[in-house]
Amino acid sequence: MKAKVLFAAALLGATMLSGAASAKTLVYCSEGSPEGFDPALYTAGTTFDASSKAVYNRLVQFEPGTTNVVPGLAESWEVSEDGLEITFRLREGVKFHSTDFFTPSRDFNADDVLFSFQRQLDEAHPYHAYVEGASWEYFNAMSMPDLVESIEKVDDMTVKFVLTRPEAPFIANLAMDFASILSKEYADQLAEGGRMSDLNQRPVGTGPFQFVAYQPDAVIRYRAHPDYWNGKQPIDDLVFAITTDASVRQQKLLAGECHIMPYPNPADIASLKANDQLTVMEQEGLNVGYLAYNTQQEPFDRAEVRKALNMAINKQAILDAVFQGAGQIAKNPIPPTMWSYNEEIEDDPYDPEAARKMLEEAGVTDLSMKVWAMPVQRPYNPNARRMAELIQEDFSKVGVNVEIVSYEWGEYLERSKAVDRDGAVLLGWTGDNGDPDNFLAVLLGCDAVGGANRAQWCNEEFDALVQKAKTLSSQEERAELYRQAQVVFKREAPWATIAHSIVYMPMRKEVTGYKMDPLGGHAFEGVDLAE
Amino acid sequence: MIRFLLSRLALLIPTFIGVSIVAFSFIRLLPGDPIMLLAGERGMSEERYQELQSALGFDRPLVVQYFDYLLDLLQGDFGTSIVTKRPVLQEFLTLFPATLELSLCAILLAVAIGVPVGVLAAVRRGSWLDQTVMGTALVGYSMPIFWWGLLLIILFSGVLGWTPVSGRISLLYYFPQVTGFMLIDSLLSGQEGAFRSAVSHLVLPTIVLATIPLAVIARQTRSAMLEVLGEDYVRTARAKGLPPARVIGLHALRNALIPVITTIGLQVGVLLAGAILTETIFSWPGIGKWMVDSVFKRDYAVVQGGLLLIAGIIMIVNLIVDLLYGLVNPRIRH
Repeated sequence: MKAKVLFAAALLGATMLSGAASAKTLVYCSEGSPEGFDPALYTAGTTFDASSKAVYNRLVQFEPGTTNVVPGLAESWEVSEDGLEITFRLREGVKFHSTDFFTPSRDFNADDVLFSFQRQLDEAHPYHAYVEGASWEYFNAMSMPDLVESIEKVDDMTVKFVLTRPEAPFIANLAMDFASILSKEYADQLAEGGRMSDLNQRPVGTGPFQFVAYQPDAVIRYRAHPDYWNGKQPIDDLVFAITTDASVRQQKLLAGECHIMPYPNPADIASLKANDQLTVMEQEGLNVGYLAYNTQQEPFDRAEVRKALNMAINKQAILDAVFQGAGQIAKNPIPPTMWSYNEEIEDDPYDPEAARKMLEEAGVTDLSMKVWAMPVQRPYNPNARRMAELIQEDFSKVGVNVEIVSYEWGEYLERSKAVDRDGAVLLGWTGDNGDPDNFLAVLLGCDAVGGANRAQWCNEEFDALVQKAKTLSSQEERAELYRQAQVVFKREAPWATIAHSIVYMPMRKEVTGYKMDPLGGHAFEGVDLAE
Repeated sequence: MIRFLLSRLALLIPTFIGVSIVAFSFIRLLPGDPIMLLAGERGMSEERYQELQSALGFDRPLVVQYFDYLLDLLQGDFGTSIVTKRPVLQEFLTLFPATLELSLCAILLAVAIGVPVGVLAAVRRGSWLDQTVMGTALVGYSMPIFWWGLLLIILFSGVLGWTPVSGRISLLYYFPQVTGFMLIDSLLSGQEGAFRSAVSHLVLPTIVLATIPLAVIARQTRSAMLEVLGEDYVRTARAKGLPPARVIGLHALRNALIPVITTIGLQVGVLLAGAILTETIFSWPGIGKWMVDSVFKRDYAVVQGGLLLIAGIIMIVNLIVDLLYGLVNPRIRH
């Protein structure tokens, strides 16, 4: 049976892919349709894969496979002493895509940078509201409007950002998808022709692949950019075959209808790994799933109570049942792939006996509490209902009675923010820019109480460390402060840290040079197909 | 006839208004807020939320929003998707041909097999043939579409390698969309093998989508035939020595067809509902999947616009079915 499957797959694969022998075509079975092609308008990873990762570049970029920030369209940058001015020296000779619908007359320069940011920053900019409901969500979410005082063109190849306060993670923000650099010349041309919305439908960038065509919900086609500043790609064509169902994606991969697929079903990973036509790459996701107590409410305002409850949770059982092995136990609030991760911290042991005793000593008996279970699947928590049930069982063993509650997702996010919220909340976070600040300050800082800080936890010692780290520009000094902050976090236990997911990427054996992106994106720069 | 047509057309107006009210309020009755969903875990400040609310016009009273919507509709403006920021009508028109092509193939298959099989089962009532057909129909009717589709993919695409797994055409073929119907466009493209590829991609989704209508049509044809076969005029026709094929084909079937046509008309709604799952399994870029995604994202504009457009299509199909009665049965000529 198995031999037959392989044979059929090989046969079909050969017929499907050999037709493209003259041009090397890489087919990626993507998981959904992009919302559009202007990455700054959206927040979904699926959209970024199809737009910013393929078509665009940014001033600075994440080095493939890491969260290190390296030069992109900016060759170098300087930060002023007070940390308020950052001057970027732009790369010379960078060409925009020449397509059926646009032929650039000049190389990339400072005007393109100004255009790409001003349209998000300046409400009077002609492109600020070029599509109905344009809200520049990520630009706002990263507090850019408060942070950026002005953006100035020093000369054609030099741009200066002036900030309102020193902020170390700012550079990493510029490597994010919303900071993609678009062509001002193209935008002007569209505006003249009264077709501004094309900027979001037929993208022109400087990136490794140029856009050819998009059939909604079916196929996106790209061609390698012949004049790419970082060298022409080894493949000639890149095709996204949009396939929303994971089982179907897998069948397509096996049949050779695509070369690479994201998000396999966890239950299928073992069989995919066993298939000798495939390689399955894996990497820890840049995320964390947690249970946040409300630290402003009795008895969860006491660290020893929270600590005891943490010790009652059997994380390994959760990993097996909920993540089906596609995860690892979390001890820190940041994932292990992130710089400044504190290896030395020891996780609270799973010890229900000790936990029960600690609760008794703290005078907590007959405790009843609510645990909130998210209604949706997220990378950091594939099945929150099941996770809540396991926690319910674990807590009952130490004499704590749990009621599980849930709301519609939008409601859930909204209600869980309330400072007087009743119960502990299951939630999680996926990193945006690879900076520890993006976890520690955003999720646990005093400013975030009543917002993203679902534990409603404001600890002076922790907050001081994190705030100070933000103002330093040396990564080493910052890392030291973040490591100390993780010690405080572990001692105070505002969350039960549960798991980081593991992301799998199955691909056919002939795919070479693919690097998994810890930030969760899918980029095909440098990928080749072996003969 | 023309008077009948006009009166039926006039009836469409209040129905359309009714549907627009339902479509408008239905999605707003669901808990959840498109703006909060867009923000996700990241969240947003209260001011920013208010800003977006007013930008999208959600801060006005519902009645005002509804009448604005109705006014826009009268000018042919179905609104703009909150998620993709593209006009709803434009999205619908790009995706609808795919759904239509699949649905037409499915209904043709269902009728082509369902009617003769139903007739045969009625004529051979009680035989093993009858029992097999009705048994299979019951299974077909009760089949969970999603599971059935995956099963077929694993068998025919995975194990046997006879059909492609999903999509509308092999990725090797690339040509501009002219009519939106892949069968026609692939012929127009003049590319060798494109048409065959389009047909092979249609096979499995057509079978899956046709399964339930086929079962329903076969059962309906059988019971309508049984009723008619017991009528006096059929006995008379037989008594006067007409060949059995003529008795069944002309005298019986034609009369039995009326309820069958009603059933076929009703299957259009079933097809559109079935298309939601079928399109998801086979990555078929149609409106079924588009609607489901929009409900999850609370994309009000798409859900209400899509519902209206789909309801409009069903209304027109029903009108056509009504007109067809007259052709089949002169007694109900209008």
